[in-house]
Amino acid sequence: MSTPIQTALEPATTPLFGIPGAGLHGALLVVTVVALVWILRKRAALLLAAAPDPRMDRIGERLYALAKIGFGQWRQPRYLVAGLLHICIFGGFLVLLLRSLTMLGEGFVPAFSLPGFDGALGEFYLGVKDWTAVVILISCALAAYRRLVVRPARYHDRHAQRSHSAEGLIILGLISLLMVADAVYEGSAMALEGHTTWALPLASLFSGLLSESSPATLERLGLGGFWAHNIVLCAFSCYLPISKHFHVITSLPNVFFMKLAPAGRVKPPRHGVEKSEDLEKIGVSRLEDFSWKHLLDFYTCTDCGRCSDVCPAYRTGTPLSPRMISVKSRDEAYEAWPIFGKRPAADSRPQLVGEVISDDELWACTTCRACEDVCPVTIEYVDKIVDMRRFLVDDGRVPATMQKALSKIEKRGNPYGKMGKKRGEWIQGDEGEADVRILEPGDQAAWCFFTDSAVAFDPRLQEIGRALGQVLSSAGEDVGTLGKDEVDSGHEARRIGEEGLFEVLREQNCEALAERKVGRIVTTDPHAFNALRHDYELERPVLHHSQAIQELIQSGKLDLQGIEGDRTYTFHDPCYLGRHNDVYDEPRDVLDAIPGLRRVEMEASRNKSFCCGGGSLYLFHEGESEERMGEVRIGMAEEAGADVVVTACPFCLVNFEDAIKTTGREGKMEVIDLAELVARALPESQPTNETSKGLGTAESGGLQE
Amino acid sequence: MDIAVCVKRVPDLTEAEIEIDSDGLSLEDSDLDYDLNEWDDFAVEAAVQLKEKHGGKVTAYTVGDDDAEEVLRRALAMGADEAIHLCDDAFAGSDPWGIAQALQRAIGDRKFDLILCGAISSDGTSGHTGGMLAALLDLPQVALATALEVNGDKAEVCHEVEGGLERVVEIALPAVITVQSGINEPRYVSIRGIRKVAGMDIDVKECDDLGLDSGQVGDAGARVRLEELALPPTGGGAEILEGSIDEMVTTLIERIREQGAL
Repeated sequence: MSTPIQTALEPATTPLFGIPGAGLHGALLVVTVVALVWILRKRAALLLAAAPDPRMDRIGERLYALAKIGFGQWRQPRYLVAGLLHICIFGGFLVLLLRSLTMLGEGFVPAFSLPGFDGALGEFYLGVKDWTAVVILISCALAAYRRLVVRPARYHDRHAQRSHSAEGLIILGLISLLMVADAVYEGSAMALEGHTTWALPLASLFSGLLSESSPATLERLGLGGFWAHNIVLCAFSCYLPISKHFHVITSLPNVFFMKLAPAGRVKPPRHGVEKSEDLEKIGVSRLEDFSWKHLLDFYTCTDCGRCSDVCPAYRTGTPLSPRMISVKSRDEAYEAWPIFGKRPAADSRPQLVGEVISDDELWACTTCRACEDVCPVTIEYVDKIVDMRRFLVDDGRVPATMQKALSKIEKRGNPYGKMGKKRGEWIQGDEGEADVRILEPGDQAAWCFFTDSAVAFDPRLQEIGRALGQVLSSAGEDVGTLGKDEVDSGHEARRIGEEGLFEVLREQNCEALAERKVGRIVTTDPHAFNALRHDYELERPVLHHSQAIQELIQSGKLDLQGIEGDRTYTFHDPCYLGRHNDVYDEPRDVLDAIPGLRRVEMEASRNKSFCCGGGSLYLFHEGESEERMGEVRIGMAEEAGADVVVTACPFCLVNFEDAIKTTGREGKMEVIDLAELVARALPESQPTNETSKGLGTAESGGLQE
Repeated sequence: MDIAVCVKRVPDLTEAEIEIDSDGLSLEDSDLDYDLNEWDDFAVEAAVQLKEKHGGKVTAYTVGDDDAEEVLRRALAMGADEAIHLCDDAFAGSDPWGIAQALQRAIGDRKFDLILCGAISSDGTSGHTGGMLAALLDLPQVALATALEVNGDKAEVCHEVEGGLERVVEIALPAVITVQSGINEPRYVSIRGIRKVAGMDIDVKECDDLGLDSGQVGDAGARVRLEELALPPTGGGAEILEGSIDEMVTTLIERIREQGAL
């Protein structure tokens, strides 16, 4: 079978407007390359002016991420329809890359083929390419249909001041044009020979459509198709870095340079600087204060809206939409560092933090990391938001509610303003004393229970501490706690942007730990767990209580009995346990180890979990919103058919207990901490003695400000 | 415009275990935390905001022992340009009259367009110092300002009066204005902010430097003398209701009926 790829008129040798084809093609390429280099240099100038960010480590892992998330499009199918369409267009682009190169070659050399593609392989590729073009065209049509007719809510951000949707349509149009131009180019040549074949469906379709045309028309059409294809290709390349479709160029590098440090570890104020007080300026107030990688993130944002779609702050109607952080910053980057013309004077531009991005947007973030987890091109948000808050804190712009809590932490080591010397008093509860010792300097213990402020001081949350004490002592473990020498972990202080306070707190806690001989550290608070694990540089292992309890069950030290009542349980993944630390299975293993316990999963579970409203300092802060995150989440649990929500974070517990009350579900639904549930499943807690009432009788409520 | 702002270091008594010292005149302070008097926080913020708007300089003053330096550091971190610490053993036990005299000597040395004070201090709650300072400086005064604006050599001051009314007055500068809490949103002072001003020089002035005789201030010069500091006796009449919510509500209604309110 002969493949009629040869048109009667060779573009390379056919003059156009009296200019030799190859010469004209050369000029087109030179203009394109010069323009593209010029545009990319302008775009790169901002990255070069940005803060440092070492991202050339762990090349192997980076290549793996590039293969999986980049080329493998790993995160796309979470949104099935849009994801599959994107996979089709992206995969198609890779296939068509060779075709584009071939056509660029044909501009210079008649019947050009890439090395190795002049024989059967070339013929096979032509078939694959033509089928791929069909897939791309259909995908583009469906994508345009979605954009114009279906209009999924996530495409239209309620905070967007201007829409970039038209750019999406332009790109879809340009891609379709490429496909059609190529098909006209090839189809007209086939029509000259009166040839069609199922192996080349798109070219054959055009061959059939054009079969009535005269040979002269076909020759001209073929030439027109060729030039249209190559001109569109060149224009497309130059349009990408000007539009939101810069991601076509930047997303693979962006994935390669993704954050490999533990998700829960906040970036230092400036890479390479040990202590925040050594910095002239702290935090981000201008574009140029961001690290180059964070600016590359902005270039790479595809405006797909997945981040805001999963963002609990966006869902509950706060001023925050993570996608708008990227989109607005990119718009500002394009305006402040323009392709054409001079850079505008700095004072003629709005303040990035304060005007482009409002203070309230930044305070609305609970750092739950749902946005980062879903982003198909690995854009980071938490580190950026923390960096911008660092500037706000340094500038004194902190909501009054949080100021109070912060200054109480500073004075007394906890946001409640309780006297530090009372920090160990939680051990003594109304229902009895927990089997946990206060460790004095020099004392030894196998386990050190780091309570953090909430479990140490909030009357309801102290019950979690005592429950863990009961569980560990039932397993025969030796547990101590730091008592008055412990101060707040500083986890939220750091994420609020108060780096200096965090450093002071870390030093005090590290000192208290160093003075005692303790084996492992356990905590019931995922925030403290995250801080101790990633923000502190400790040599001791740090465990969340779900991990400790799972270990004790597996080693046979804990024997659990069934629990009274025919109820359905669901586990809510706390953000700092799950998404920030990948602890998903341990708490579920613990639940499943309780005989007869019926457990269901919420749809938004594991890494898709939905934030309860935020912990620690966020309990003191209530910004503008339409709904409460905790109320939304309790609704999700009810939908899953659960009567009891089990969580493993004191703040989730507080927020959900409040939500159950405010939504009138009292008596119908309950929330309980994993440690409390396990304590009730201990043989010694079984009915026949009076402790069986327990569950849900806690009346003390949450925090009051 | 040049502004003087007077600040005071006071104990933070929220959530604190308050114990009266054996002398019956002071608090057992081993567990107390100290902080900038809340009203003074608003005064410093007002001063710094005026400076940011109109230019000029803010100078913070305090009368107190060595530890009082920390509230001056805080004022510097908030944006004051200079701080002056009036520190002399002779100041111990001063009444507002003594404090006002010390401040007047220090402030009177220089030319200010405006002198701001917190309306009261949380530990003394007499609210005298600002007024006495104005009298000693022979300057007009407005008390309990809830809004403040400066236009040239005049200031427009709003303050609350009974019945929820607001009065707006105009006052010629220089003047003394005492600031009510809530006049603004004081900025946050970060640990880093405090560290940044840790090395700034603070001028210390003693009685001699101020031309004061130690008999004029402190215990010796006090015209108002503290007789006793006491916790009020625990009153009766409080009752904590027990039982289920329904039972508690029923009892509560009964109690209200008994008192004749329903």
